[in-house]
Amino acid sequence: MTAVEERTGTPGPDKEIGKARRRKEDARLITGRTTWTDNMVLPGMLHLAVVRSPVAHARITNVDVTAAREAPGVVAVFTGRDLADEQGSLPCAWPVTPDMVNPGHPSIAVDQVNHVGEAVAVIVARSKAAAQDAVELADIDYEPLPVVLDMEQAVAEGADLVHDHLESNTSYHFVFDAGETGTGGDTEQAFSGADVVVSRRFVQQRLIPAFMEPRSAVVQPQGDNYTLWSSTQIPHILRVMAAMVTGIPEHKLRVIAPDVGGGFGGKLQVNPEEILCLLIARRLGKPVKWTETRSESLMTAHHGRDQIQYVDVAADREGNILGLRVRLLADMGAYLRLITPGVPALGAFMYPGIYKFPAYRFECDGVFTNKVPTDAYRGAGRPEATFAIERIMDELAVELGMDPLELRRKNWIDAAEFPFTTVAGLAYDSGDYETATQQALELLGYDELREEQRRRRESNDPVQLGIGISTFTEMCGLAPSRVLGSLAFGAGGWESASIRMLPTGKVEVVTGSTPHGQGHETAWSQLVADSLGVPFEDVEVLHGDTAISSRGLDTYGSRSLVVGGSAVVKAADKVIAKARRIAAHLLEASEDDLEFSGGKFSVRGTPGTGLGIQEIALAIFAAHDYPEGIEPSIDAEATFDPENFSFPHGTHLCAMEVDTETGFVKIRKYASVDDVGTIVNPLIVEGQVHGGLAQGIAQALYEEAIYDDDGNLTTGTFVDYLVPAASDLPHFDTGNTVHAAPGNPIGAKGVGEAGCIASTPAVVNAALDAVRHLGVQDIRMPLTPERVWRAIHQGGDGGDRAPARSNAQAVDSSDAPSTSGGAL
Amino acid sequence: MTPITVRVDGATYADDVEPRTLLVHYLREQLGKVGTVVGCDTSNCGACTVHLDGEAVKSCTVLAVQADGCEVTTIEGVASGGDLHPVQKAFNEMHGLQCGYCTPGMIMASIDLLEDNPDPSDDEVREGIEGNLCRCTGYQNIVRAVRHAAAEMRGGADGHVVPAQVDTAAAPHVVGQA
Ligand code: FES
Ligand code: FES
Repeated sequence: MTAVEERTGTPGPDKEIGKARRRKEDARLITGRTTWTDNMVLPGMLHLAVVRSPVAHARITNVDVTAAREAPGVVAVFTGRDLADEQGSLPCAWPVTPDMVNPGHPSIAVDQVNHVGEAVAVIVARSKAAAQDAVELADIDYEPLPVVLDMEQAVAEGADLVHDHLESNTSYHFVFDAGETGTGGDTEQAFSGADVVVSRRFVQQRLIPAFMEPRSAVVQPQGDNYTLWSSTQIPHILRVMAAMVTGIPEHKLRVIAPDVGGGFGGKLQVNPEEILCLLIARRLGKPVKWTETRSESLMTAHHGRDQIQYVDVAADREGNILGLRVRLLADMGAYLRLITPGVPALGAFMYPGIYKFPAYRFECDGVFTNKVPTDAYRGAGRPEATFAIERIMDELAVELGMDPLELRRKNWIDAAEFPFTTVAGLAYDSGDYETATQQALELLGYDELREEQRRRRESNDPVQLGIGISTFTEMCGLAPSRVLGSLAFGAGGWESASIRMLPTGKVEVVTGSTPHGQGHETAWSQLVADSLGVPFEDVEVLHGDTAISSRGLDTYGSRSLVVGGSAVVKAADKVIAKARRIAAHLLEASEDDLEFSGGKFSVRGTPGTGLGIQEIALAIFAAHDYPEGIEPSIDAEATFDPENFSFPHGTHLCAMEVDTETGFVKIRKYASVDDVGTIVNPLIVEGQVHGGLAQGIAQALYEEAIYDDDGNLTTGTFVDYLVPAASDLPHFDTGNTVHAAPGNPIGAKGVGEAGCIASTPAVVNAALDAVRHLGVQDIRMPLTPERVWRAIHQGGDGGDRAPARSNAQAVDSSDAPSTSGGAL
Repeated sequence: MTPITVRVDGATYADDVEPRTLLVHYLREQLGKVGTVVGCDTSNCGACTVHLDGEAVKSCTVLAVQADGCEVTTIEGVASGGDLHPVQKAFNEMHGLQCGYCTPGMIMASIDLLEDNPDPSDDEVREGIEGNLCRCTGYQNIVRAVRHAAAEMRGGADGHVVPAQVDTAAAPHVVGQA
């Protein structure tokens, strides 16, 4: 373990960084004094309810809203036709290839609907109940079109089209070839000379972010100014995008994200309903509110994952890996939303994981289907990549007859090799996979469990035990702006912060990174308390309102502390630099003779002298006495743009019991050791890991968005879409190693996504390890008892839960075709 | 419209409600008790949990008219005077919340659980709150919080936990690290 890096001006035993501070934001949340968007009530406010398409693919032949217009309390009804000229297209900010096909994304359908749940009319009424009642009265005629649901069929010759004005259902073909980029050898050559090639087809089922607070938006028009409150992760990005879509000038639009009840990528979006609220408030000149029901949320908020992965790995007999080849089909859904096409492309760089592959090729097709669009969901591309590599390493180990841990050890990057440039061209910053693994093995009690596994196997126990391994890394702290530019991402990755020193010495920190449960107010207070030497309680963190925090790129991709926190530290450095000049003036000393520690400037070698930074704040507010040639202020602003991603890593181990008679699986023990760099607040870090584990385990065991063969979402409520409850999850034994990230002043690597990225393959590997001796080679996620039972007793991978081929999952993973030779 | 009289968080309200109005909508929209929130439309999430005559109920499964003549306690009414309820304190102490959306319902369900079982095991807490969904925390710190509050409410020796011990309990892996 490496010690946490010391920050300048922050020594002493009482450092805030590293302290398990209880969160400041809790006070309002545990007492119900919160400001969720749906809590907003404005004078004269009208309520919106959306009429949604009950069919997946159809032409709209007639819209009759006369009865709805006449319903009691209804003020107006808008159809797609009414808004067609002003609605523009929802933005897609990530054209991953120059020739990517983007069909455009109306907020409300005009002539054609392309997925169930698409908006076709909006009711505006005096109360929410009145608006909802009138939804029933809208009469819309549809002429059905063939429904495209299965990706493998969608890309076949002569397939029905989602968008009939396009040539095919393929949006783009993205390729990363290490041989061509110069970061690796020739992949085909590597495979042709290999002793062993293992090929698998993995299905990343469609998931739903399922944040607990349903989406909600309120718009207040005031003259030609508009304020939009939204339950969003991205008020800053939303402001720019909404201004461009609606034509409201950016400086006339203020966006506020008040308390936001979770996002997980699901609120990293410019939503159709946010745009509709703006358009309708502009039309009516009245404040409006829209809040979705849970069913609307599950059906129409963007989904995540939904990829089919064809993975080939090549190795020699001794277990030295030689090459990796990945081919993806990624379901875009019916439209491209904000970063829909970028999610699988972001994953492209993570497939090699922690291993030293000499050759690597990645190809991905983005495919349109008549389903709700996919987009960011916790990890966004990286969980899929990590699953594929950690699953295929196990498959390779089985093929070679090697211990899965030995195979990993043999091929992973050694601690002494950092920084290490991978075959995907990423420069991994720091870490020690061996130490994390050792600690995780101890936390789990590995040897004992292996012994128990052996006993259960020998006695033919109906309950078998397996241990699954996932040694992962991920790229986060999104992101270096230039790198994002080179990937054709529509924005930079910097973050902004400013610090205002108030006359009484209290401190306001303005951050552009907008929290929705992560605890920024607490962690940022800790950073500033250390940097400026002021009490933790004296710091207030402001965020989420573009009128207060005008610059920012918000919260996603585990970037807040790494990028946003670093901006705060840089701003504090500037405050100190400005205060130093004033301190020198007031103390009648040279700046060079001053030292700053514990919030005080003192003259070196002159004990007793000194001036606190909080006193300087008052002195410069009065501004009666300050040096010539400078401004009377010690406030400062900073923008931090990292030079590299950061690379958290860790080892996750899952011990799993599988009841071979019933198919029930039960996590017996889960242990993880993560390296997320410097830990500012261990409570928050641990909480983030827990939450990530819950979501990653949920992908492995419980969650799946299923469409029937007409394109209806059959998991449209919490009765069918199984977000785990407390009784569905195990206790987690978590630990950390600490290798500071060299790329930012805090040394943090990011923690929000790690648990979610690492855990899914550990769980599936564990289940397979328990029953592989019974001939089971793969079990499709989620591992429902029915699937597990079928895999054990009927062979195959447990089969599909959806009827027909609506989820593109008919082929068995073990007879996956090799991806070579363009067989797809 | 049906007239009802309800006592909510210590105040009496006489109102006319539509017979179909759910208690949670009455609380939020007519009384402005927006501390209680809605997370679903199928009675699965528990975000709307309040106490009706002392028992935890999902207020989206109760009609406002059914609360006529009853006493309702919401998250806004569990602190007495300036003092937070031990369960509220424990959620803060053990980091039992992140976004906080599930928290009002979680706290109301947990208080009810502890009335029935003052000393629950981890598993009993997990089963006791299984009607309440949390998407953020993975539940482990909620379980800790409920057990911590239980100890405090029992007033036993383990109810008095010094901060250093709490640090260890809440973040055992971190001790000595920084
Ligand atoms: S809102 Fe009542 S249970 Fe979900
Ligand atoms: S804290 Fe966010 S849902 Fe529980």
